Amino acid sequence: MSSTIVARVKQRQIAQLISLGKRLDGRGLTDYREAQVETGVIERAEGSARVLLGKTEVMVGVKIEAGEPFPDVPNEGVLTVNAELVPLASPTFEPGPPDENSIELARVVDRGIRESKAIVLEELCVELGKKVFVVFVDVYVLNHDGNLIDASAIAALAALLNTKVYNYEVKEGEIKIKPGYSPLPMRNYPIAVTFAKINDKLVVDPWLEEEQVMDARLTITMENNGKICAVQKGGYGYFTTQQISEAAKIAHEKAVELRKRLVKG
Amino acid sequence: MLQKVPEKLIDENNVRVDGRGVNDLRPIKIEAGVLVNADGSAYIEQGKNKILAAVYGPKELHPKHLALPDRAILRCRYHMAPFSVQERKSPAPSRREMELSKVIRESLEPSIFLEYYPRTSIDLFIEVLQADGGTRCAGITVASLALADAGIPMRDLVAACAAGKVEGKLVLDLTDLEDKGGEADVPLAWMPHLNAVTLLQMDGMLTIDEFEQAVNIAIEGCKQIYKLQKEALKAKYVTVKEEAEE
Amino acid sequence: MNLPTFYEGRQLVTPGDLLAEDDYVAGDNTYKDDGKVYATRIGLVNYKDRNIFVVALKAFYIPCVEDMVIGKVVEVGLSGWMVDVKAPYLALLRASDALGRSFRPQQDDLVSVFDVGDLIICKVVAYDRTRGPLLSVDESGFGKIARGQIVEVTPTKIPRIIGRKGSMISMIKQETGCHITIGQNGLILVSGKTLEDERLAVMAIRKIEQEAHTSGLTDRVTEMIRKEKGGVEHASKGA
Repeated sequence: MSSTIVARVKQRQIAQLISLGKRLDGRGLTDYREAQVETGVIERAEGSARVLLGKTEVMVGVKIEAGEPFPDVPNEGVLTVNAELVPLASPTFEPGPPDENSIELARVVDRGIRESKAIVLEELCVELGKKVFVVFVDVYVLNHDGNLIDASAIAALAALLNTKVYNYEVKEGEIKIKPGYSPLPMRNYPIAVTFAKINDKLVVDPWLEEEQVMDARLTITMENNGKICAVQKGGYGYFTTQQISEAAKIAHEKAVELRKRLVKG
Repeated sequence: MLQKVPEKLIDENNVRVDGRGVNDLRPIKIEAGVLVNADGSAYIEQGKNKILAAVYGPKELHPKHLALPDRAILRCRYHMAPFSVQERKSPAPSRREMELSKVIRESLEPSIFLEYYPRTSIDLFIEVLQADGGTRCAGITVASLALADAGIPMRDLVAACAAGKVEGKLVLDLTDLEDKGGEADVPLAWMPHLNAVTLLQMDGMLTIDEFEQAVNIAIEGCKQIYKLQKEALKAKYVTVKEEAEE
Repeated sequence: MNLPTFYEGRQLVTPGDLLAEDDYVAGDNTYKDDGKVYATRIGLVNYKDRNIFVVALKAFYIPCVEDMVIGKVVEVGLSGWMVDVKAPYLALLRASDALGRSFRPQQDDLVSVFDVGDLIICKVVAYDRTRGPLLSVDESGFGKIARGQIVEVTPTKIPRIIGRKGSMISMIKQETGCHITIGQNGLILVSGKTLEDERLAVMAIRKIEQEAHTSGLTDRVTEMIRKEKGGVEHASKGA
């Protein structure tokens, strides 16, 4: 716990700068850190990506396996997202089963992809009601320097865009792999934009020390057509309705910017 | 008992399956101080939801390394009974319950003067005995009362309610059927005099405009629930006073 | 600690209720935000000069130096006892205090002085926010409780049970013939000649706790005790 306590002097510095519209690392209040996205980094995975957002590093691997559909949607493939806050990523991550933070992270990333219907799950049906493809998205946080949600969401999206589904045919009820593959069918590119509230001001893409002094965090995930598909407030503070409206508008702008960079290259 | 799924969730006259209008809350009954052993407790029935909350503390936290030197910590467990839902739910905590335990805790923390009791913990247990949509909101509503019932000093009560979009219309207080069949669900918790939104989530698809409207509709629901919470807290003292002084 | 007495007829408020604006001082169970004073607990609001405070209907005990309290020993430690005084923090009673001299670990057996489960009457001699409260039994009448019944009430009702200038508690002692020791932490020791006397006293205390926020209480409690006593006499006469 002691390593997460930011010295009071620095806390005040961060907060004071923010009330003046500046941040300790020189960014504007609504600027993202430099982001680097690399795809296809894990050969054994059907899809993968590694994202560096400032110093936050997240790797996502996508595996596709055969499985059973959910009974209420017998014609759709299945999406499942899991996140690991690997102990080497931060002094605050302990080894063990997923804690509330990794579960929240996984579920928020999942919500963005699921509610925007990003993956065309209907095209992953092999045998109606019996066999479908299950898309396993595993988020691995390798270095925690703030804003794990946005970094993980970008990495997940990049990995899915990089994912290949092997061609197959069904022989005697079994799936047989044929040569060649096709990209995972995608129709939407959800982007998560996270804000931290510090001294009553909203800052986009908080880095670790900003997260440690913030009152609360708000994540707004936007899909292609400017609609919101997921929202998550976190932290022990609160937001006013005006701040929520402000965040929604900024999120829209930022999502368009980020999406341009991702979906092109 | 299996539910029959109706064809339409809202008819041409804007009347919902259970007879409500789009801006109507489900019928609510709240009672504070229902458990003898807990330091504070409360019970709510909202539509078919039946939820119980109990509070223990503040008391010194052991092991000591989990405690904070300058404030109390709030620990929260949201749990659904195996018989609370249509298909029996395993008693082991699910990922959903863990996420909800976290967001519920974060919705109540701003209301408590945690800094008055360093090195202690306040333990909050929310048990959903019967679920029909909106359990995290009803859970927050009843938990806030349980905290007040325990005599824990608070800035304000926290009221919670969900709004959403069903068959193209924005509605207040969704049932499970409406949540599953609708286009969006926005659970929200609110502390009135600070205009503070302490819980905000959304899943589904809404334009920015619709989202802002849904937030406002949910807050209107919270305002009504807040009044009911206050009445419930005062209720037992009021009846005692009336009986004694007649 | 001088706790204000309940004033009947005051308004019942709940956490978050706005009590005043402008130039008021936020007293007990209230807080000030942006110039406005709000209640933090459910209770009866009182105004005294420019001071607003709420007498809480339910609150746990916060130790105050000089308070006499009744506690339960929960742990026998190396050089003292840990005592539960119904506060968020466990209290410490040092061996040297109980023995009246310095503690000799080789010779003194702490368990024989106080053991886990023993109830003791003691006083809070120190309390600050960094550690638990410190107790002392170094006064006559203090120490282990041998007989009697314990009633537990919420600490904020203690002043009502004592009454204005002790009027309420004197009345109960007189009517029931019981010896009553009141702990500021909400624990009350009732010790009478017969079980029946103790029962009457406990009933009276419970009634006050329930109806502390109402008016005309002293009369109603007196009446109740007398009625119960009369009833019992009739029963024994009939038998």
